[in-house]
Amino acid sequence: MRADLIALLPELVLATLAMVVLLAGLASGKPRHGLLSAGAVLALAATGVTLWLAAGATDPAAHFFSGMFALDRFAVFFKTLFLLSSALVVLLSLDYLKRNDYRPGEYLALVMFATVGMMTMASGVNLAVIYVGLELMALSTYILAGYFRREVKSHEAAAKYFVLGALSSGILLYGLSLIYGATGTLDLATLARVLAGAKPGPTAVVGVALLACGFLFKVAAVPFHVWTPDVYEGAPTPITAFMSVGPKAAAFAMFLRVFVGGLAPLAASWVWLMGAAAVLTMIWGNVAALTQDNVKRMLAYSSIAHAGYALVGLVAGGPAGVNSVLFYMLVYTVTNLGAFGFVIMLESRGYAGETVADYAGLARRHPAAAFGMLLFMLSLGGIPPTAGFMGKLYLFAAAVNAGYVWLVVVAVVMSAVSLYYYLRIVLQMYLREGDGVEPAELVAAPWTERVIWVCGAAVLLIGVLPAPFLAAARATAGLLGLP
Amino acid sequence: MGFATNLLNVICYVPLLGALVIVFVLRKEQSAAIKTVATVVVGLDFVLSLPLWFLYDPGGPAFQFSYVHDWIPAVGARYHVGVDGISVLLILLTTLLGFIAVYSSFTAITHRQKEYYVFLLLLQTGMLGVFISLDFILFYLFWEAMLVPMYFLIGIWGGPRKLYAAIKFFLYTLFGSVLMLVGILALYFYNSTGLKAIGLPGLGHTPTFDVTDLFKIATQIPPHVQFWVFLAFFIGFAIKVPMFPFHTWLPDAHVEAPTAGSVILAGVLLKMGTYGFIRFSLPLLPDATRKAVPWVVTLAIIGIVYGALVAMAQKDMKKLVAYSSVSHLGFVMLGMFALNPQGLTGSVLQMINHGLSTGGLFLLVGIIYERRHTRMIADYGGIAKVMPIYAMMFMVITMASIGLPTLNGFIGEFTILVGVFNRSTTWAVIAATSLVLGAGYMLWLYQRVFFGEITHEENKALKDVNLREQWTLIPLIVLCFWIGIYPKPFFRILEPSIKRVVEVVDPGYLNRPAFELPAAPPAAHPQEH
Repeated sequence: MRADLIALLPELVLATLAMVVLLAGLASGKPRHGLLSAGAVLALAATGVTLWLAAGATDPAAHFFSGMFALDRFAVFFKTLFLLSSALVVLLSLDYLKRNDYRPGEYLALVMFATVGMMTMASGVNLAVIYVGLELMALSTYILAGYFRREVKSHEAAAKYFVLGALSSGILLYGLSLIYGATGTLDLATLARVLAGAKPGPTAVVGVALLACGFLFKVAAVPFHVWTPDVYEGAPTPITAFMSVGPKAAAFAMFLRVFVGGLAPLAASWVWLMGAAAVLTMIWGNVAALTQDNVKRMLAYSSIAHAGYALVGLVAGGPAGVNSVLFYMLVYTVTNLGAFGFVIMLESRGYAGETVADYAGLARRHPAAAFGMLLFMLSLGGIPPTAGFMGKLYLFAAAVNAGYVWLVVVAVVMSAVSLYYYLRIVLQMYLREGDGVEPAELVAAPWTERVIWVCGAAVLLIGVLPAPFLAAARATAGLLGLP
Repeated sequence: MGFATNLLNVICYVPLLGALVIVFVLRKEQSAAIKTVATVVVGLDFVLSLPLWFLYDPGGPAFQFSYVHDWIPAVGARYHVGVDGISVLLILLTTLLGFIAVYSSFTAITHRQKEYYVFLLLLQTGMLGVFISLDFILFYLFWEAMLVPMYFLIGIWGGPRKLYAAIKFFLYTLFGSVLMLVGILALYFYNSTGLKAIGLPGLGHTPTFDVTDLFKIATQIPPHVQFWVFLAFFIGFAIKVPMFPFHTWLPDAHVEAPTAGSVILAGVLLKMGTYGFIRFSLPLLPDATRKAVPWVVTLAIIGIVYGALVAMAQKDMKKLVAYSSVSHLGFVMLGMFALNPQGLTGSVLQMINHGLSTGGLFLLVGIIYERRHTRMIADYGGIAKVMPIYAMMFMVITMASIGLPTLNGFIGEFTILVGVFNRSTTWAVIAATSLVLGAGYMLWLYQRVFFGEITHEENKALKDVNLREQWTLIPLIVLCFWIGIYPKPFFRILEPSIKRVVEVVDPGYLNRPAFELPAAPPAAHPQEH
């Protein structure tokens, strides 16, 4: 029991501190943005320290709460990533909330609750636990998407996200129930044993298919992606940044745990499905992004496309495939947060400054921030010496090694296509000038700018010296509860 | 950790350091200081690269000045740099043209100067990195990173259709290189663990991206694997060369790029593709290379003739020179795929020659464009009367370009033709005939621009080249004469490296006589010695 509590301690700490932040936000008469944000960041940092201590004090191979919960290095990697991305999102939100005059208390608490949910998802080795974590994350995110209650677009985003998200959760839950009916267990390790022992009946296969649909929905893969652009466009931009990294990475964590772990014996029946989804996602995400004029929508389609690349790693499977997905999630998180940071700085009031044309001539007025955006765009497009290149290299290497050369050919061709729309932003910032338009002003947002610097430095560092980061992602191999 | 082991790193990163100094130390108003720093940095870089010429030992190991360091141990990618004879010459060409490009930009570039010189310096580092890398990942990193500064050079300081040209250049070349990456990965896994799902077992070696290690397995790769990898490499390199029919990005990029951009593009960037073939495709995939000869040669010959014919029809000088590049690089490819020492040596030498002469032509066109702001041939005529020195320099470079004896083009083309003749008389005849076309368009251009009466009033007041402009051209002209009159040191540096390539790609070639000469009477030998 004591070991169980130690393993769960990071989540307990974060949930408690989230409630403290919530109460503090309610108790303070006027909105205290700086104080509450500092509190939230400190809470996330404290959780990080607890996490490392808890991981050191427990056996990574053990399962806690009667086989419900694991704290292996896979979980630790993802939890660290979630804490990092949430902390950066809090910093991105600081200036933005102040500028748009929204109270920070509930907002920050919801981000922290969502983080607790994501952490639970990464640790769950039982389908029920994973589902509970997923719902905690999803419910918090629904509210956050609609947090800007004076903006119609924000309402629309929340409504769409909620309806479709609930639908997908329903599908997922139905899949779970079918799998439980067919095998009599929700525990991933037992599930793997049962499925490996007997030829699975149609019930289990249908269950897996529904589960796959639910998961593909959560990572915003084609054909379950239609909610993404509207939700990303309408949600407050820091929340869009948050949704595009944290919950997406969490969905991939659960994807890997469940499919490469528990459902591995059925690989033959889901690999082709994932391969097809990966191809469709990469092609559709990139092609649709080509025509977007709204930067947030463009980044939404771009994030769809990136889910497609990550699915390539899932299809490749094996330790190499899993490692490459983990590394890619890290790369994608720092890059995308930086890119959204720039979008946040450009939004002067409400939703202004979102079209590509608003970026004209920014490199002259704000060379430093524009250079950061250049790095993020190159990284998303996979051009060295940025992190995006290294991330794609490992993903594609894993897939080539597994023999999916055709999948990699699609992926590299589509990433060449993607450069077209990433370079559109670069082109506006650097190449457009003297067309009679005054370059837009970036708002003064010191913390957002710092986040951009941190992310930019990380993008270059991972791109040039990826070895230690790769080692961190590699340490998770074989820890999926696999035999 | 001596001079020799760090020399390549120093040469490669000095421009990067210079760029950082300009970014962080200088303000954009200090245009004189920016120019000085940039010129000093590229000049220093050229001086630093000179020891390669003197210290490279043709009789020594294949790759010299090597520096190896752990980089990404998890996948077996190492930081491995080194040079052989081929890369020594290309590095020297790069540092020289880099210096000339910076030096020639002083008056041509008037706005956003700080960024301009920063991108030019970054481009230098990227190009030098490509030529020194002996690890596939390192090579690929430089190969793609180089696109970014070039994209900006075309896109910011280019002509009226610069945005279109810049994006076309970027996407076209990127498309080729990403497929090349797939080829690299396939090769990498074939050497180590194999490709599981398609049932291709690997050789079981330690996973490595090190090119020198992969050279060792060249003969063990089965033909069908070689075929696919060769195809992937071919698309990447052929777009960069550019070979017909992948050349369509080139005229746009060249015409829109600023003068210095065109010089670098023609002088160095176009050599990346041919360098890729000779460094990677030939020695790593000998079997596929041999099988590809008829196809590549056909494309090369089409390129030679097509490029020349299209050049002849151009009204814009810069476009004419651009299409002439397609023709010249067809020649380079032809010589290379003769797969014998003469063909390959001529091919590498012709890469250098093309860098010098076409770089020179772009400079010359840039000089007159700065004065008149037009590149249309019809706007000129009789220029020799007002700009005699300019006309003379143009003449020398023109002659170098069309291959007049005593100038470098002749040596290169002649060596290539010897090599090609050695393999097929038909190809040699077609290639030699097409040289006439080259002479045709260049001389016709010269005639229309320089001879006759001055037909446009504005041209009467044209000023001849000033001292700075002369000094951008004089090094090129000196080198053209040097290679044309005494090419031996160049051949000496290239010979062993070329021999190593031939040994792999056509084993046994070096043991058979080049021509089936009638047997000489045995008694003749003692008399000769």
